Amino acid sequence: MLRFLAGRLLQSAFILLGVTIITFGLLFLIPADPVRMIAGRSATPETVESIRRQLGLDQPIPVQYARYLGNLVQGDMGRSYIQKARVSELIASRLPATLQLMAAAIFLQLLIGLPAGIFASTRRNRPLDKTVMLLSFVGISAPQFVVGLLLIYVFAYKLELFPLGGYGTIWHVVLPALTLGVTIAGWYSRMSRSSMIDVLRQDYIRTARAKGVPEYRVVLVHALRNAILPIIAMIGIDIGLYAQGIVVVEAVFGWPGIGQLAWLAIQRLDIPIIMGVTLVAAVGIVLGNLLADIATSLIDPRVRHS
Amino acid sequence: MNEVWKRFRKDRIAVIGAVVVVAISLAALFAPLIVPYDPYEQFFDGLTLEGAPLPPDGEFWLGTDLLGRDQLSRLIYGARTSLIIGIAANATAVFIGTLFGATAGYVGGWVGTAIMRFTDLMMAFPALLLAIALSAILKPSLWIVVMVIALVNWVQTSRVMYTQTRALVEQEFIEAARALGAAWPRILLVHILPHLVPHILVWATLGISVTVLLEATLSFLGIGVQPPMPSWGGMIFESQSYFLSAPWLVFFPGISILLVALAFNVVGDGLRDALDPTQRGRE
Repeated sequence: MLRFLAGRLLQSAFILLGVTIITFGLLFLIPADPVRMIAGRSATPETVESIRRQLGLDQPIPVQYARYLGNLVQGDMGRSYIQKARVSELIASRLPATLQLMAAAIFLQLLIGLPAGIFASTRRNRPLDKTVMLLSFVGISAPQFVVGLLLIYVFAYKLELFPLGGYGTIWHVVLPALTLGVTIAGWYSRMSRSSMIDVLRQDYIRTARAKGVPEYRVVLVHALRNAILPIIAMIGIDIGLYAQGIVVVEAVFGWPGIGQLAWLAIQRLDIPIIMGVTLVAAVGIVLGNLLADIATSLIDPRVRHS
Repeated sequence: MNEVWKRFRKDRIAVIGAVVVVAISLAALFAPLIVPYDPYEQFFDGLTLEGAPLPPDGEFWLGTDLLGRDQLSRLIYGARTSLIIGIAANATAVFIGTLFGATAGYVGGWVGTAIMRFTDLMMAFPALLLAIALSAILKPSLWIVVMVIALVNWVQTSRVMYTQTRALVEQEFIEAARALGAAWPRILLVHILPHLVPHILVWATLGISVTVLLEATLSFLGIGVQPPMPSWGGMIFESQSYFLSAPWLVFFPGISILLVALAFNVVGDGLRDALDPTQRGRE
């Protein structure tokens, strides 16, 4: 187990190192000169030169990368071009709101996706199964910004059940979380269905049925116990789906998280913020994968040895 | 192939999806012939006296947008943008993914490991954020958007092709080809590629729904194709601030995006079942 853990940790560290190389490389593709962005248009050539030296942009590229990495390790992701604030502080102050939204979204997505998938698996290839699977495709195919805007129109504007947007009470979180929840539930209902189908055809299920265990107990206790584990592990792997979703959903609902931060940064070409949010999301994805791997190996020891 | 078609035909949902795909493609192809108005023209009578967009009526079937342009005409032209980007980006992504995945799977060794580690790395990169960063850096135009979307979408195909190729390499007919002295590019192209075709077909279809959605999202965030070129995501972006009083400006483009993504998804799914009946009804 320790060896497995160490190997996975090392792998994650290498992937994160690769991620920093890509974000660092992207900075060189920017046609706009970052020094000019900081100095402003009226700066004298001397000021520009001194800022360039201050930022270390006159150094060779490997030295610049080492510096960039050194700063990242200390949690320094540079400063916003426009707000002049530290990117790390901007992200840290907004991360709790994003995590809140994600937690609510995961709850809703499981609440919708799991029962739908279980239900479909017990009626395999029958009309009900086909309907659920078609609906899951609708969820997967629905653009999140459209779902969000329509939910606002119906439930906030017409029915006045929820606020139009913003942050604060538990009522504010319902519509943005539902937007993420219903779209991602599409994936989860398909996954829980196929996971259940795999389990339901195993011998111990036949034994349980032969013993006369009632069908609802076979499905909800015997089978679900084994089928649910890979689904829980999938949440870790799916952090990437959320990294996409939060930018759109936070923009639509004015939710003050890191997704909105990135969205505002897009409008002003505030590259350090976009890069910072990308890095934080990449760390989240790598951590999610790591946790999923560990969870899977605890559940199923065979994984450790393959 | 006949067998595949027979099985595909039995899947009613997939057939309906295919009809939708064909219908929208024809509309996009013949857009200039079927649009009621010029999609770029700002009509004098296209706005109310107060300057608000018109709701759907007899003259402008799907209403007008904030500039008094006919929404139906813009929707039909938007189908062009959506399909061109969706199909071109996905074709590029599937090509890159197959090239990388099949090469890594066949060559193996440190080259294969290096390619697959790079794939793992790209998996850890949030696709939308990478696309956002790229399009914020490069000035967005139609082909830049295609490139950006392709760059973030080849990863999954690469993984699938890698796994498939690994399984093929173990088989005897590859061993035989190697024993006969065939060079590796020949084995890859002549002996392995034909077996990958079903998977390529499935991804070439399913993937379009992903790329169409990503294009719409980028345009909605204001970093996809630029106005005045009509794109469904961009149409919603433009009218977002007004949508509570003019919901049709969000509703119709939104339904269009959903319909196209859904159609490609069900066709791809039907194709997968038809090509590999042993997996039928599973994931």
